[in-house]
Order: sequence, then C-alpha cells, then structure tokens
Amino acid sequence: MLTFVGRRVLQLIPTLFFVSVIIFSLQHLLPGDPALVMAGEERDPAAIEQIRQHYHLDRPLPVQYVYWVKGALSGDLGESMRLKEPVLSLIVKKLPVTITLASIAIVIALVIGVGAGIVSAVKKDSIWDYAANVFALWGISTPNFWLGIMLIFLFSVKLGWLPASGYVPLTEDWRASLATMVMPAFVLGNAIAAVLMRHTRSAMLHVLDSDYIRTARAKGLLEHSVIFKHALRNALTPVITLGALEFGTLLSGAVLTEQIFTIPGFGKLIVDAVFNRDYAVVQGVVLVTATAYMTLNLLADMAYILVNPRLRG
Amino acid sequence: MAEAALTATAGATSAEGVETPTARAIRRFKRRKGALIALFVIAIFIAAAALAPLISPYNPDLQTWSAVRKAPSALHWFGTDDVGRDVLARVIFGARASLLAGVISVAIALLVGVPVGLVSGYLGGFIDALFSRITDALLACPFLILAIALAAFLGPSLGNAMIAIGITTTPIFIRLTRGQVMAVKVEDYVEAARAVGNPHWRIALVHILPNILPALLVQATLSIAAAIIAEAALSFLGLGQQPPAPSWGSMLNAAQRFLVNAPWMAIWPGLAIFLTVLSFNLVGDGLRDALDPRSR
Repeated sequence: MLTFVGRRVLQLIPTLFFVSVIIFSLQHLLPGDPALVMAGEERDPAAIEQIRQHYHLDRPLPVQYVYWVKGALSGDLGESMRLKEPVLSLIVKKLPVTITLASIAIVIALVIGVGAGIVSAVKKDSIWDYAANVFALWGISTPNFWLGIMLIFLFSVKLGWLPASGYVPLTEDWRASLATMVMPAFVLGNAIAAVLMRHTRSAMLHVLDSDYIRTARAKGLLEHSVIFKHALRNALTPVITLGALEFGTLLSGAVLTEQIFTIPGFGKLIVDAVFNRDYAVVQGVVLVTATAYMTLNLLADMAYILVNPRLRG
Repeated sequence: MAEAALTATAGATSAEGVETPTARAIRRFKRRKGALIALFVIAIFIAAAALAPLISPYNPDLQTWSAVRKAPSALHWFGTDDVGRDVLARVIFGARASLLAGVISVAIALLVGVPVGLVSGYLGGFIDALFSRITDALLACPFLILAIALAAFLGPSLGNAMIAIGITTTPIFIRLTRGQVMAVKVEDYVEAARAVGNPHWRIALVHILPNILPALLVQATLSIAAAIIAEAALSFLGLGQQPPAPSWGSMLNAAQRFLVNAPWMAIWPGLAIFLTVLSFNLVGDGLRDALDPRSR
C-alpha cells in the first residue's frame, strides 16, 4: 500500500511540472507585449513596468518560468489587475461557494444516478431499463447552460417557485440557501447522474451474474437483501472511484452554471477574469483546479485499494 | 470467449461465403434504429448548414425594428429576437458554426493525437514516458476550464475556439491510440511483418493503424458531440463565434435576458444543440456496438 502511494505521488511530480509549463505558457499566447496586454485598461507606464518586473518579462523564458513556479509554490499566484488583490486570496474566498454547490450536486447525482442504475440493472430489458438509458443519453446530450435557462423559465418565470439567481450562504439562512442552490445543483448534477447511472448499471449487471449472488439466492435470501446487501456493496466500489473522475466535469460545469445563476463562486471568478483580461486570475484558477483534480484522483485510487483487499498485495 | 468466437465465425460465413468486417459492421449498425434515425438527423443538419442561403427564410443578420421579439407565427416560424432578426434563419446559419467547430476541432485532435499516440505506443521507453506525462498534465486540467483559458489567451473568435477545443481534446486521442497500439503491436501479424523486414514506419502505418481505426472512429464521433457542446459553451460565454454572426451558443446568451417575454429565443437554439449532440452520441454508441468484435 505504502509503496503504491509513494509511486503514485512520485508520478504526480512530472505531471505537475508539465501542468505548470502549460499554464505558464498561456501568457505567451497573448499577441504582442505580454506586459502591455496583461495591464489591460491600465495605461500607466509605471504599472506596466511593475508587471514586467513582477513576471520578470525582461529575462529569458526559462528564468521567467523558475520565478513563476517559485512564486506559485509559496502561494504567490500573482495579483488581480482589476481587483488589486492577490489571486490566491480571491480563490480562497470563492472556493467555499463552489464546494457547497458541487457537494449538493454530487448528492443529487448519486441519488439519481445510482438509483436509476440499480433499477435498470435489476429490471434489465424492461421498460424501466429503457427509461433509465434514455435518461442517461438525455443527461449526456443536454448542454447544462440550456437546461439551466429552461429551468429558470419554468420554475422562476412561469411558476415563481424558486429564485432565478443569487446566492445565500448556507450558514446564514439554510432555507434561502437551498432555495437558491437547488436548480443550479440539479443542473450540475444532471450530467454526472447520467454517467454514474451507466457505471452503476454495468457494475451491477456484472456483479449480479457472479457465483456468490447465485449462492445467496439459492439459500433463499430475500431479493432486496441480495441486491442491497450483497450485490450493491461490491458494485459501488468502481462506481465511487469512476465518480471521482467526474470531478473535472463538475468544475467545468460549475463555470457555466454559476454564470447562469449568478452564483459568486470559482466559475464566475474565471469568467469575470476572462472578460476583464485579468490573466493572472485565469492562470491561478486553472492551476488550482488541475492540482485539486490530481489530488482527488490520487485519493480515489487509494480508496479503491483500501476497499478492495485483493489489490492490497 | 470460445462461444463468442464460434458465433462470430458462424455470423461471418452465414450469408454466402465470407462477410467482410466492414459489411458486418454496416449490417449491425443498420439494426440499431436509434442510430439510423440519428444519422438521418445529422444529415438534415449538414444539409441545412450547407444550403443555408437557399433554404433560410430570411437574412440571419437582417434587423427588423418593426418585428422585435415577435412570438412564433406563420411569418416567423421560430419567432424573432431582441433586434427583430428571424430566429429560424439564425438557427439554420448557426448550424454552420456548430458543425464546423465540432468537425474541425476533432480533426485537429486527430491530426496531433494519433501520430503522437502511435509513436508513443510503438516506441515505448523515454519518448513514451515523456508524452504520457504531458498527456496526464493536459487531462488534469478540466476540459472546459482549459478551453476557456486557451480561448481567453488566444483571443475570442470562432477559429481560436476551435483550436482551444482541439488542443483540449487531443490528449484523449493520444491516450486511446497509445493504448490500442500497445495492445496490437504484440499480435502475431505485427511480429510477422517485422520478421520479413518491414521498416518501423511501414509497420506502424500499414499494419497497426488500420486495426485501430474502428476505435478512433467511435471516439471521434463521441468527441464531435462534446466539441459541439464546448463550442456552444464558449460562444455562450462570448469566447467563440462573435456577434452578429449567428451561433447557437451566443443566441442562448442573448436569450437569457429576454426569458420573461421572449422564451422562444432560448428554446430553439438549445433544442438544436441538444438534437445535434444527441444524434452524434447515438451514432457513436451505435458504431461502438457495430464495430465491437466481441458482440454479435
């Protein structure tokens, strides 16, 4: 186990290196003088000079990169040109909002996705199986920004049941918070529910076909006991780890969802940064999401080994 | 396994003589009604995009201030938008941006990803380790976030959106090609090709590549679906097709502000994205089943 974790962590180092190279290279895609473009609206020569100094733009590329990585490692992701605030503190401020949204979305995705997956596997080739498969295809093919707009039209404009936008922190007023979160969380969870449904279905079909399930049935156990106590436990292992891979989808989806429902999270931060040519913020957000994604995958791998004794070796 | 092999042989020789793999795949694909209908829908969208100037009822950029936000009617089937442009005309012309973005960005990903994957999987060693870590790094950045960042730094335009989506799709094809090559290169026929003295490039291109084409075809179809959604998302955020040129994503962006009194502005472009993406997903699923040698 320890050697496995050690090897996985070591593997992360070159990957992180390339991630940092990719993100560093972004600023050199900018047409013209990066300092001038990064300054945006700011036309003050002193400010432009400050950017040139901060990013060491007068030095050779490899030197610039080393300075940039050194800064990133010590938590200095640069400063937002527009908000005059360190990028890291901006990200730290916005992160709890997105995490709340994403957590509710995951719960919704698990309930719908795993539920539909179990039903469609147990009732294979029935109308339920067919309906679950149609749902999965629908979930994968619906652009979540369109789904969001349609839900706002139905539940806010037509029925007036839910607020169309806005954000209330969970700690402030949980009822109001859930009312603002339920639509965006459903929109975000929808696509992941579809993926989880497909994983659960195939894992359940695989498990239900195994010998120990036949044994459990042969000794006369009730069907729901066979399904929930014997089959589901084993089927869920790959579902959970594959589900962790959907974290990237979740973050990508959060960008659009937060934009539509005007939720002041991580996704809104990067979109606002893009519009205001606040490039350091864009870089910072990509770096943090990529690091978070890699860490989560590492944890998922470790969890997979922990719950699967055969792999412990 | 043995059973599968037996039935496969039986299937291959059932008609008259030997059925070619392509013929078998087509026969299997035809059995899937959903995929066939989807293929038909894609054909309609392609025709609409190609013949847009001929079939469109109006000029998509023509602003009619006397017909602002008119509900669907005999005159304007899909209604009109906030500056009096015909929504149907814009949906028809918008198909151009979406389909072009889907196909071109996946073409970029194929052109870069397949050669890199071939070299990586075939040669192994240091080159493979290097390319694999770069692939991991690209895959570690969430798809849309990386595409947004690339499009932001390259500058907002449809062409740059295609490049951004193409780059973010590339690692999928590197990884797929590499895995397929590693599985195929130990097969006897590759060994035989090597034994008779074929050069490496010939083995890779003539003996290995054709065998991984089915997997690439399936992934390319599914990736077009993802790329169309991504282009719509970038245009929705203002990073793709620039107004006033029509695109489904930017139409949805404008529609958001007029949901209360002009919901049709949001319904039709969204439905167009949904139908196109659904169709490519259905065709991709159908191709996967039809090309899978393990299933009948």
